[in-house]
Amino acid sequence: MEKPVVKLMVHGALGGNTMRALVTAKRVLDPYVNLHVKSDGSGVDLTHAKMTMNPFDEVALEAAICLREQGALNEVVVLSIGSLLCQETLRYALALGADRALHVSTNDVYDCLSIAKIIQHITLIEKPELVLMGKQSSDGDNNQTSQMLAGLLDWPQLTCAYALNITSSHLAGKRDTEYGTETLQVCLPAVISVDLRCNTPRYATLPNIMKARQKPLLMMELSSLCLNLTQHHQVINVRQPAARNPVVQVDSLSELLSRLKNEVQGLL
Amino acid sequence: MSVLIVVEHRAGVLHANVRAVLAAALKLDLQPVILIIGHGIQAAAEQAASLPGVQKVLAADHACYEHYFPENVSKLICEYAREFEHILMAATTWGKSVLPRVAAILDVAQISEVTCIIDHHTVEHQIYAGNAIEKVRVLDEIKLFSLRTTSFTAVIGQQSPCEIEAVNIEFDQTKTKFISEVPLESTRPGLDQAQIVVSGGRGLQSVEKFVLIEQLADRLGAAVGASRAAVDAGFVSYEHQVGQTGYVVAPELYIAIGISGAVQHLAGMKDSKIIVAINNDPDAEIFKVATYGLVGDLFEILEQWISLDKEI
Repeated sequence: MEKPVVKLMVHGALGGNTMRALVTAKRVLDPYVNLHVKSDGSGVDLTHAKMTMNPFDEVALEAAICLREQGALNEVVVLSIGSLLCQETLRYALALGADRALHVSTNDVYDCLSIAKIIQHITLIEKPELVLMGKQSSDGDNNQTSQMLAGLLDWPQLTCAYALNITSSHLAGKRDTEYGTETLQVCLPAVISVDLRCNTPRYATLPNIMKARQKPLLMMELSSLCLNLTQHHQVINVRQPAARNPVVQVDSLSELLSRLKNEVQGLL
Repeated sequence: MSVLIVVEHRAGVLHANVRAVLAAALKLDLQPVILIIGHGIQAAAEQAASLPGVQKVLAADHACYEHYFPENVSKLICEYAREFEHILMAATTWGKSVLPRVAAILDVAQISEVTCIIDHHTVEHQIYAGNAIEKVRVLDEIKLFSLRTTSFTAVIGQQSPCEIEAVNIEFDQTKTKFISEVPLESTRPGLDQAQIVVSGGRGLQSVEKFVLIEQLADRLGAAVGASRAAVDAGFVSYEHQVGQTGYVVAPELYIAIGISGAVQHLAGMKDSKIIVAINNDPDAEIFKVATYGLVGDLFEILEQWISLDKEI
């Protein structure tokens, strides 16, 4: 169990002058397939469901690869936490252009804080200049793991970002808020989460899928990391939202407006 | 043990969603405390002190908080966190930047975008772009919730101002630098506050034709929304995007024009009270969530609606 960790530290030790990005790749239910909530309310049914890389993480990976292609980074390391099937997600990330992959293997499901602690552990070993993550995952929609990681590390954070630009020891980026568009600059190392508008991820080409098989993928058991992860919340149940009433089709604008007039008095 | 609300404000004005957060807080405790952080915040602190039910306002007024950076704001919140059972923030861009960081420092969970508070430990929130609702019980002593404010009915009224206590704790932070902000320039109501939203999708075909959406919005006094497809196509800027990655809105009336109804868009608007869908494709997914559907040439319908007299 200790062997992989030792090997990992050798990788980390190589990095005196290496500008490295650690990118997360969560394996999630394909957001384009229909979702089924289990009838017993215990969760969303993922058996035989089509899984994919979290689309937000895919944007983070694309951002990292672009920064490497621009010469701002030397190495892109991709990390996934979960069952053995995560290795399929990691191979895809390698085919897209990540240099090597890390798989923290566990069959248990953890909350965001525990996931942030696992990423923190890997970060302290790998010593990346930046951790790049999707701003949320398309399953939990929590938008919190990157902020938690930054808090645990006491690193600066730039969340929901796009237009990333690295200059020596800083990264600048934009983010949209309710008030406008901010440009912020953070000192590296930093945790960055990206918005979908950051870029459009590339597709993996067949030759690159073949090459990805040869790229290093290191697996370690979560238990071998000796982290003290506790449960912070319990899921009581998961249900489908109440269905809306069936649509009333109207034939003309005037019919629509007369119906609306009755329902939203004073508003129109 | 009480509830701490961290409030958002700009240019001396409290964000209107504070009243919805307060409504949620009053379900948990009748004497919530407000923490307001920034630089030059006296006017906003006074508004907070007059909100009904607020027991005390803690006001941290210092230049180091001028840009509301999560890096030092989170540390300041943690200074007070252990005196409270709940810490609440609105799930705005700022709330979502700050509260998870507070959670990590305190070593507790944070539940995102809470839509319903069931009891002191138990809340509901949406997952999978609103396609499922998860009920969770928090096991930590301090419970951190970011709130989807459209799910709570705002508290109305005023009280005679409560005490404002100055907080003199500074956390300098030098690792993040504010470079610039390009403010939104719009005379229309904001998406997060409008009672009517008129949204356009890819069906609008071009920037020039998207202007029809803006004209109808002006005709109705509505905010302008858009699907991600319309934003990606460049018809309209990102600040109008409604959906999983843009604004989540729940107005009285949502008018979706030329929007097919991708899951990501529905996540941002399907809790609207009345949804009108206008589309030339009778099989569009948007009709599954609509209250009223109108199939037809959307340009004809738009021009007809815009040219109507004020009275309908």
